[in-house]
Amino acid sequence: MAAAGTCGTGTRSTGSMVAAASTNNVTSFQRRGPRASGADSGCSRLVSIAGTRPSVRNGQLLVSTGLPALDQLLGGGLAVGTVLLIEEDKYNIYSPLLFKYFLAEGIVSGHALLVASAKEDPADILQKLPAPLIDDSYKKECDEDVCSHKMEPDIKMKIAWRYQLLPKMEQAGPVSSSRFGHYYDISKRIPQELIETSKWHGFFLPEKISSAFNVESCSLTPGYMKLLQFIQNIIYKEGFDGSNPQKKQKNILRIGIQNLGSPLWGDDICCTENCDTSHSLTKFLYILRGLLRTSLSACIITMPTHLIQNKAVIARVTNLSDTVVGLESFIGSEKETNPLYKDYHGLIHIRQIPRLNNLIYDISDVKDLAFKLKKKLFTIEGWRKCLSFPLEIS
Amino acid sequence: MFPELNNLLNTTPEGAEQGKLTLLCDAKTDGSFLVHHFLSFYLKANCKVCFVALVQSFSHYNMVGQKLGVSLTTARERGQLVVLEGLKSAVDIFFRPQEEPHPLQFLREANAGDLQPLYAFVRDALEPVDCGEAAWRCPVLLVDDLSVLLSLGVGPVAVLDFVHYCRATVCREWKGNVVALVHDSGDAEDEESDVLLNGLSHQSHLILRAEGLATGFCKDVHGQLRILWRRPLQPTTPRDRSLTYQYKIQDKSVSFFAKGMSPAVL
Repeated sequence: MAAAGTCGTGTRSTGSMVAAASTNNVTSFQRRGPRASGADSGCSRLVSIAGTRPSVRNGQLLVSTGLPALDQLLGGGLAVGTVLLIEEDKYNIYSPLLFKYFLAEGIVSGHALLVASAKEDPADILQKLPAPLIDDSYKKECDEDVCSHKMEPDIKMKIAWRYQLLPKMEQAGPVSSSRFGHYYDISKRIPQELIETSKWHGFFLPEKISSAFNVESCSLTPGYMKLLQFIQNIIYKEGFDGSNPQKKQKNILRIGIQNLGSPLWGDDICCTENCDTSHSLTKFLYILRGLLRTSLSACIITMPTHLIQNKAVIARVTNLSDTVVGLESFIGSEKETNPLYKDYHGLIHIRQIPRLNNLIYDISDVKDLAFKLKKKLFTIEGWRKCLSFPLEIS
Repeated sequence: MFPELNNLLNTTPEGAEQGKLTLLCDAKTDGSFLVHHFLSFYLKANCKVCFVALVQSFSHYNMVGQKLGVSLTTARERGQLVVLEGLKSAVDIFFRPQEEPHPLQFLREANAGDLQPLYAFVRDALEPVDCGEAAWRCPVLLVDDLSVLLSLGVGPVAVLDFVHYCRATVCREWKGNVVALVHDSGDAEDEESDVLLNGLSHQSHLILRAEGLATGFCKDVHGQLRILWRRPLQPTTPRDRSLTYQYKIQDKSVSFFAKGMSPAVL
């Protein structure tokens, strides 16, 4: 069928189709194809969601992280139903960028967003997202579109003429794009209209925690408890877990949680070595994994792991996350003045990549990766001093 | 199951030993391929399997199982396989409190007590029933993995108690097998994990330890597998036998070779 054909692993698709069709609940690991819920087995219904693509290796549904270079390093993108854990750099300068790229990609692809933070109001976070960049290859297509549009006098377009340059796509919404992975200009803010047309839910801890709540003896800190209930509520209400069969147009929910584990969340795991709430964070991650695996969502979490005193907790957190990427910035370290690193701002460590539905996983050959924040772009390069040129990843 | 691993362990599905505790452990690498091996091995050996799948969804194990030649959904429908889907059950019990005791009851408690409800679940799943028809060969309990229980607030002693209860019932009473995966935290100074690992190592008959290479990542050799045969609790024992092999994981199988003899090197 068409969906399996596009991912190029058609020989194995029939077996897993049987497995997929026999389960009633939606798991994010099903191949795209006829579902048990009333699909006509004769016709192949091509269920494709904007901004996603199946993995080349096993047909796993992937979403872009917002950084095409990082997508390549992770084997094509972030798998739907998994967690991307970003270990923050020391002064939290570069990890918010990855966080924003992820959210901006969600807005441009037309996905729903859930932004959770204890420090910043989610509405403010969305205001500061980077603007999508139009590259040269798109300009040629857009020129033709601009010509055809000149036929109709469109007053709106004269004022917001930049929108004519955006590629015209067949999906609903003026700016949702069916392309996978976009580039962003960090020096510019995302247009207000894009934010307004997007569907987003915000969780700002100080607002939620001030209201009275019944104390549940659950060993989860109240902040985590509230956040889990909020996420579960959104997934259930908006039907991301397939519980609403009426919803024809399926969509992805992108969850972004900022600075998880920091003291602002009420967790003192970053303050002391033996703390009372030592299992709170790991329990949260486990329940979150349970929620993600049974819904069409992908989650990015930034965590100040360099502050966690107890190394055992870091190991457990890594085991409970799927993809783990660590950022190490050179600011304040002796590497800053090291001539070897003079062109870069820091190193990226791909600490863990999940094996999903498979014994093996995609792993890049380039192991030493460095990043550089240019005026407009965040680039990742394979760093090798023995070669005369840096390996550009994307 | 991986035929090469069967050769190394000197077992076949037809002649599998009974009454044994096998410990799977991984250090600095992912040892989940061993779980997939034993799951498909015991299903092919016509044993009744209770699979406590705490870390991944059922469809993940099912898809890998199909590559290895077993269908978990068919086994489940036939009654050969009982699966506790940890992730799904955890979400159920966390957001919708249930009246009757649930195997993952400890998730709702502030101080996680013991794993008694989980043991009750295992016991009910594997209890041999005299129904006259051809019974399964022997009951097998497979746990993936025990370390996540530590992350969820259960103490190492409670986990050791749970394994002890399971061993007494499944291995001794019903002449079955128990297989469990534990992560070795290495130099992460995880005392609870060390207590659990040491305690289990002493009780196990067979230990399979997957380690990452000391020299780091290699495309052709994914790790090293140490196999240790033990005879626990016997005063006069011949020396424990140990073998070390290196392995490479492929799409549908794992190939093993002696140290330094990777086909890529030769």
